[in-house]
Amino acid sequence: MKILVAIKRVVDPYVKVRVKADNSGVDLANAKMAVNPFCEIAVEEAVRLKEKGIAEEIIVVSIGEKNCQEQIRTALALGADRGIHVEAPVDVQPLPVARMLQKIVEKEGVEMVILGKQSVDSDNNQVGQMLGALTGMPQGTFACKLEVADGKAKVTREIDGGEQTVSLKLPAIVTTDLRLNEPRYASLPNIMKAKKKTIDSLTPEELGVDVSSGLKVISVEPPPARSAGIKVESVDELISKLKTEAKVI
Amino acid sequence: MSILVIADHDNAALKPATLNTVTAAKEIGSDITVLVAGSGCDAVAKAAAAIDGVSKVLVADNEAYKNQLPENLAELVAEVGKDASHILAPATTSGKNFMPRVAALLGVAQISDITAVKSEDTFVRPIYAGNALATVQSSDSVKVITVRGTAFDAAAAEGGSASVETTDVVKTQEVAEFISEELTKSERPELTGAKIVISGGRGMQNGENFAMLEKVADKLGAAIGASRAAVDAGFVPNDMQVGQTGKIVAPELYIAVGISGAIQHLAGMKDSKVIVAINKDEEAPIFQVADYGLVADLFKAVPELEEKL
Repeated sequence: MKILVAIKRVVDPYVKVRVKADNSGVDLANAKMAVNPFCEIAVEEAVRLKEKGIAEEIIVVSIGEKNCQEQIRTALALGADRGIHVEAPVDVQPLPVARMLQKIVEKEGVEMVILGKQSVDSDNNQVGQMLGALTGMPQGTFACKLEVADGKAKVTREIDGGEQTVSLKLPAIVTTDLRLNEPRYASLPNIMKAKKKTIDSLTPEELGVDVSSGLKVISVEPPPARSAGIKVESVDELISKLKTEAKVI
Repeated sequence: MSILVIADHDNAALKPATLNTVTAAKEIGSDITVLVAGSGCDAVAKAAAAIDGVSKVLVADNEAYKNQLPENLAELVAEVGKDASHILAPATTSGKNFMPRVAALLGVAQISDITAVKSEDTFVRPIYAGNALATVQSSDSVKVITVRGTAFDAAAAEGGSASVETTDVVKTQEVAEFISEELTKSERPELTGAKIVISGGRGMQNGENFAMLEKVADKLGAAIGASRAAVDAGFVPNDMQVGQTGKIVAPELYIAVGISGAIQHLAGMKDSKVIVAINKDEEAPIFQVADYGLVADLFKAVPELEEKL
């Protein structure tokens, strides 16, 4: 089985981002960048399927500016076999991304696509599902457990209030939730080996996809600040404040 | 303008997030149809018809929609909603699951998790875990939108008298199959809809100590949450997680116990009306957003709180 893993270059999730003074976006100059955490889980899951002998090849794809090749290298060091970089504007939207992935899925003939459920920058949570619609593949989103056997993927999903399990006929799409696995760290020998793995470059034009979107960002603003309140000295004072001042109990 | 709202339900009852989504729809326009797709979902259709502001309820009652499988549901919604100006669904795990498929079938963008309606084509949505708010404008013919429930008041569940019609559009496939569902049973209110939430963090030290929070929750009629640190440490299950990667809550009162206040946790609760923090570390970042902070050992303060409430 061939697996395609799509990953995104994002600002390190532990960095507190700041909105630019002109409200045009978020200031990412000099910010530390990383593989989106959910995408890292996707890579790990694919590598585990390969280690179990279920997957033969893992192709990792990232769509964005040239520097996302750094994140492709990271994924290669974690165990992916080869990379594809599609050079596109940094703010390319989910639908064109899904359309490009569709073309790659068709070209490579993959049987499973694993993606993070959402990226921690734009927080859209769309690409996997959109790719499902475009390819007609079934989807197991927000996966916390994945078993592949007999041409099917059994996916346990995190849903409001509990878990749901679905059975998907391959080829299928899986999007990862946090508890699916704990990603490994790349070892030094694997980092060295990853440098020799190939990364093919493509453009949206070569894939025949228009990257424009019907959605335009008008402005980006910081959320209303929440000012620190007061410190209370005792449980009695706390209860009294909640009753008489805040009137919430 | 015609707005299609997709009801979230379990075939027996309407999920409250649907009411918040209707409120968002009302801010866009007045011609609101609610689609109830399910199996044996008459009670849900009745409840939807009673929502204030809904003009029509469309029912697709078929085995194919019983478990809200996105492969079926998205095809139905795309067909029923192709001439609508807006298609809205709550940003619950169900809405998040099928709506992007709808958008892709219609060839339009999805606007995820909106927190405000500026006009019929302009909306506000949080990005970067709520550390920034983007105002976005859509030029697509159909606007496919998921709605963050906590950002909109619930529409009145009574008072409406919408007409109820059925559709016999059946979309089914053989690639996805529902196997099972395991829902956590609880007497307590649902985390995302509770008026009061009490959450524990790594400072709770283990899962057994959450019993202290349960006692307080019982007295206050509160739901119980946890930080990601507490979930990662294995104290409690993940469906209790409040934060960017868990549930977004905005109750009247949020009590954070033994929670330091990582960015990712704050993203899930900072829109709460009143925030209380109990933590022995007076430097903990949680105090920067708390209305009332109590620097104390939680193992003394929480039992005392329970006793005196």
